Amino acid sequence: CPDYTEQGDPELQSASGSSKYGSLWPLPQKVQISDVSFRLSVSGFRIRDAKESSAGPSCSLLQNAYRRWGCTSLVHFWMTSLFTFYLLGLETFSQLVYEDEYGAKSINSSVISDFPRFAHRGILLDTSRHFLPIKVILANLETMAMNKFNVFHWHIVDDPSFPYLSRTFPQLSQQGAYHPYTHVYTPADVKMVIEFARLRGIRVIPEFDTPGHTQSWGKGQPDLLTPCYSGSTPSGTFGPVNPILNTTYDFMKQFFTEVSTVFPDGYVHLGGDEVDFSCWKSNPDIKKFMDQQGFGQDYSKLESFYIQKLLDIVTTTKKGYMIWQEVFDNGVKLKPDTVVHVWIGGGSNEEMGKVTAAGYTTILSAPWYLDYISTGQDWQKYYKVEPLSFNGTEAQKKLVIGGEACLWGEYVDATNLTPRLWPRASAVAERLWSSKDVKDISDAYNRLTVHRCRMVRGIPAEPLFYGFCPHEYKGI
Amino acid sequence: MRTVLVLLGVFGSCRGLQPDYTEQGDPELQSASGSSKYGSLWPLPQKVQISDVSFRLSVSGFRIRDAKESSAGPSCSLLQNAYRRYYEYILGGAGVKKQKPGKNWRSGPSELTELQVWITSPDSDCDAFPSVTSDESYELTVDQPVAVLKAPNVWGALHGRTFRLINSSVISDFPRFAHRGILLDTSRHFLPIKVILANLETMAMNKFNVFHWHIVDDPSFPYLSRTFPQLSQQGAYHPYTHVYTPADVKMVIEFARLRGIRVIPEFDTPGHTQSWGKGQPDLLTPCYSGSTPSGTFGPVNPILNTTYDFMKQFFTEVSTVFPDGYVHLGGDEVDFSCWKSNPDIKKFMDQQGFGQDYSKLESFYIQKLLDIVTTTKKGYMIWQEVFDNGVKLKPDTVVHVWIGGGSNEEMGKVTAAGYTTILSAPWYLDYISTGQDWQKYYKVEPLSFNGTEAQKKLVIGGEACLWGEYVDATNLTPRLWPRASAVAERLWSSKDVKDISDAYNRLTVHRCRMVQRGIPAEPLFYGFCPHEYKGI
Repeated sequence: CPDYTEQGDPELQSASGSSKYGSLWPLPQKVQISDVSFRLSVSGFRIRDAKESSAGPSCSLLQNAYRRWGCTSLVHFWMTSLFTFYLLGLETFSQLVYEDEYGAKSINSSVISDFPRFAHRGILLDTSRHFLPIKVILANLETMAMNKFNVFHWHIVDDPSFPYLSRTFPQLSQQGAYHPYTHVYTPADVKMVIEFARLRGIRVIPEFDTPGHTQSWGKGQPDLLTPCYSGSTPSGTFGPVNPILNTTYDFMKQFFTEVSTVFPDGYVHLGGDEVDFSCWKSNPDIKKFMDQQGFGQDYSKLESFYIQKLLDIVTTTKKGYMIWQEVFDNGVKLKPDTVVHVWIGGGSNEEMGKVTAAGYTTILSAPWYLDYISTGQDWQKYYKVEPLSFNGTEAQKKLVIGGEACLWGEYVDATNLTPRLWPRASAVAERLWSSKDVKDISDAYNRLTVHRCRMVRGIPAEPLFYGFCPHEYKGI
Repeated sequence: MRTVLVLLGVFGSCRGLQPDYTEQGDPELQSASGSSKYGSLWPLPQKVQISDVSFRLSVSGFRIRDAKESSAGPSCSLLQNAYRRYYEYILGGAGVKKQKPGKNWRSGPSELTELQVWITSPDSDCDAFPSVTSDESYELTVDQPVAVLKAPNVWGALHGRTFRLINSSVISDFPRFAHRGILLDTSRHFLPIKVILANLETMAMNKFNVFHWHIVDDPSFPYLSRTFPQLSQQGAYHPYTHVYTPADVKMVIEFARLRGIRVIPEFDTPGHTQSWGKGQPDLLTPCYSGSTPSGTFGPVNPILNTTYDFMKQFFTEVSTVFPDGYVHLGGDEVDFSCWKSNPDIKKFMDQQGFGQDYSKLESFYIQKLLDIVTTTKKGYMIWQEVFDNGVKLKPDTVVHVWIGGGSNEEMGKVTAAGYTTILSAPWYLDYISTGQDWQKYYKVEPLSFNGTEAQKKLVIGGEACLWGEYVDATNLTPRLWPRASAVAERLWSSKDVKDISDAYNRLTVHRCRMVQRGIPAEPLFYGFCPHEYKGI
C-alpha cells in the first residue's frame, strides 16, 4: 500500500486509512485490481506505441506524454506490454504505481476501463483582477491534466485590467493592462498556453465578457463604452459597451475575427453577465434610441439587442459560443448549440431545469465557486454536489455536458492561487469524471490524501487535514 | 557618476512620485490617489515627520556603517549581518547593479551617501538574546548627505530598517507592546526549516519579535530530544525526514536572534500529548472500559512519580536548548474523561480528598510541573485554562488568553488577579473567510476591556496564531501574510492609528515589498505589484 497516506480525520478514515482502489483519482468507471504485484524494472521499463496503434513516433502529443510520465520517478521505465496508452490512461497508469518501503516501484495486476461521465470538465481562471504569470498558468494546466480536467476557461480580461495583447488593437492592452510590458499576454504567450494545454488534452476557451465587465476596454478604445450622465452633462465615468453606435459593432467584428484566429477551439465564451443598466438609463442618446426601438423602459431589451448582434458577428467567425445564464434569463434569441453557463447560487437547480427544458446545452458552476473559502474541509461539499439532481427528463439531463470550478481573482494571484485551487478542485474533477454512484466520502478522503501528496511533488496543493507526505513541498 | 533613482515608486511620499504599484482596489477604502502621506511605512512609527525635500540614494556610493561614536562595531556580527541584508533590500531589489565609485565620482547636492548606525548604550546587546524587557526604540534622521539611525541597543537598530524613505525625515519610534508574536504549529503538519526561516524573515519585516513555537502536540512529536530520542523516533511522522534535530533548532534560534526575535517553545501538557506516549510508555494515562484497559490513552498520568522524573529531565534539557527566559507550558483543553475511567486515578482522587473535581487533579499536576520548571530557572507562560481552574501561579506567570467569546472579560479577570497577559483570542489566523479579513484583525483594540490603568499595563502584547490542521508548507506563507501584518501594526503602533483607508494604502505597498523579497504574501484585493511573485 502507498506509504504516504496522510493520517487524518478519524471520522473519515477506515482502520488502515487506505482504499482498495489505492490512490486512483478520479475513480475510473471500472476497476479491478488484484493482489498480484509486479516490480517496475528500473533498468528496463519503457513506454511505447503498440504496433497496432494508429498513433506512432510522429505523434508528438503522445511522445511528449510518454516522456512526462516516464520521468515521474527520474528513472527510465521499460515495458513490454501490448496495450496502447492514451493520455488519460497514462495518468491512471502512473497513479497505479506505488513505492514499497524500500522505494522500489510496484504495480498490481489490474484491468481498468474508463471514460468520463461528463465531456466538459473545466477550470476558470481570472487574469484580469490579478495578472497571472505564464508559469502559474502552465503549472495549473499540468495539475488539471493530473486531475483529468479538459477545459481551461480563460477569463482573460474584465473591468480592472486588459492583459490580452491584441494585434488588431494593441492600444487595448497598451492603455488597459496593469502595465503594458510586464503585465500582458503576448501572442507568443497565448500560443504557448494553447499548445501546452493541447499536449495535455485540454481545450482553451477564452472569455471576452461584454457588454458589462468592460471598464478596461474603454481605456484604449475611446467611444466603445457608454458615457454616463449626471443630469444633462457627462459625469466622466463610463458604463457598459455602447450598444447604439455602429462603431461598436465594427470594432467587435474586427476584434472577434482576430480572436477566432488566435484561439483554435470551436467555442468562445462571450460573457454577458451582470450588466448594470444605470449608465444606459442616464444617457440621453440611449434614451432616444430606446424610444425609437420601442423598447419602453425595458433595458434588458437593449441588452438583447446588443447580444443578438454580437452573437451574429461571432457566428460569422465560425465559432460556437457560451454565455452566462443572464443572457438566457433575459430572453435573448440564441442559436441551438449555445452553451449556457449556470453560475448564480441559490436557485441553480431550477435554472438547470429551465435551461435544459428550453433545449440548451448547459454547464454548471454555481456550487463550485472555489474563490469562496472557509475553514476546514470544504472539498467535501464540492464532492457531494450532484449536477443532475434537478427535476427534468432524461433528455434534459443529457443536455448537461459538464461543469467548471471557478477561481475568481479578486483575492487570488500567483502567491496563493495553486494551494487555493488544489486539491479542492480535485473534488470537482471526480464528480465530473466518475460515475454518479461514486459517493463514499471516506474512501474519497483516503484516495485524495494520497493523490494530493502526489501533486505536492512540485505543485503546492494544500493539505486536507493533519498528517504528512513522505516528500513534503520544497518551496515556501 | 551613476546615480539612479532607486526603486522607482517605492518612496511614495516623495515629491511628485506616486507609487507605481499601489494595488488599486476597494473604492470605499481608497483615497483619490491611493497613496498615504506616510508612504508605505508599516507598522506606522510612533512619530513621523516627512518633509517634501527628497534625496537620491547614490547607487555607486551608498553605504551602511557604524557611526564612530557607536558602542557596536565591526565585531558585532548581528549588525553586520543586518547591514548586508538591508543593503540588498534597499538597493538590490530593483535589479540595479551595484558599482564601485569611479574616480570621477562626487556626491551631488541632493544625494544620500550613507546611513550611519549609532548604538548609544555602552552595552549594545550585540551577542545577547532579546527579551521581553529589551528596549526596541530607535530614532532615524534622514538629512543629506548622511542619514543617522540612533538606538540604545542593537534591537532598536534592527527596527530602524524602516529606512526606505528618501525624503528628509525624522522618525522616532518604539513599540506600543513589548510582546509581539506569531504562533506556528509544527505538530499537525511538519514544517520544513526553510519555511520557518522564511517566516522569521517576514516577521522581522513586520517588527514581530516573538516566535511561539508550538513544536509538539497530539498528532506528531518532531522535536529530537537528546535525553529521550525515542520520543521523536516513535512519535514523529517520520523519524528521519520529519524531525527537528538539535542543529535545526540551533539554526532557528540564531536566525531569529539576528533579527531580534525571541524563540519561545511550547511543550503543551497534560493534554495534547498523544504523540508523547508513543516513545514514552507509561507517561500517558491508560483509559478504561469498565474494569479493563481500552487500549487508548489520555492526558499525562498525574499520579505516577515516573511522570515527574521524566518531566524534570525533559524540561532540564529544554531549558538548556532554548535560551529565552520563558517556556510555554500549555495546559489547555484537558479532557477529564480518561482520568475518570481509570481506577488508580479514582483511588488517588479519594486519597487526596479531591472528590469528583478533576480540575483539582489537573491543578495538582500543573503545580508540580511549574515547580519543576522554576528550578530550571525559566519563567513560564500558560494558556488561560490553567488560570481559570484556580492553579497557584508564580507572580511573573504570563497568561495567554485565547478563547474567543468572552475574551474581554477574561482579560479583565486575569489582569485584576495581577498577572501579565498576552492576547490571541481575536487573532486566530487559521480561521479563514472570503474577502479582506485583515481589517477585522486591524480593528481589534487589546486594551478595550474594563480595567484600571494598572491592569492595562499588565497586558504586554499578543500573538497571531496559525494552527496547523489545514496548513503546511504549501499554503502557510500566503495564509499568514499579509493578514498577520494587520496584527503587527496593532501591536506596534499607537492606539490612535486606526484609519483603515490609510492602512490599506500602506499595506498594499508593504505587501508588494514582501512579494518582491520572495515572500508569497497574498493580495488584499485586485491590483498588481510591479514585480509579481516568481514562484507558483
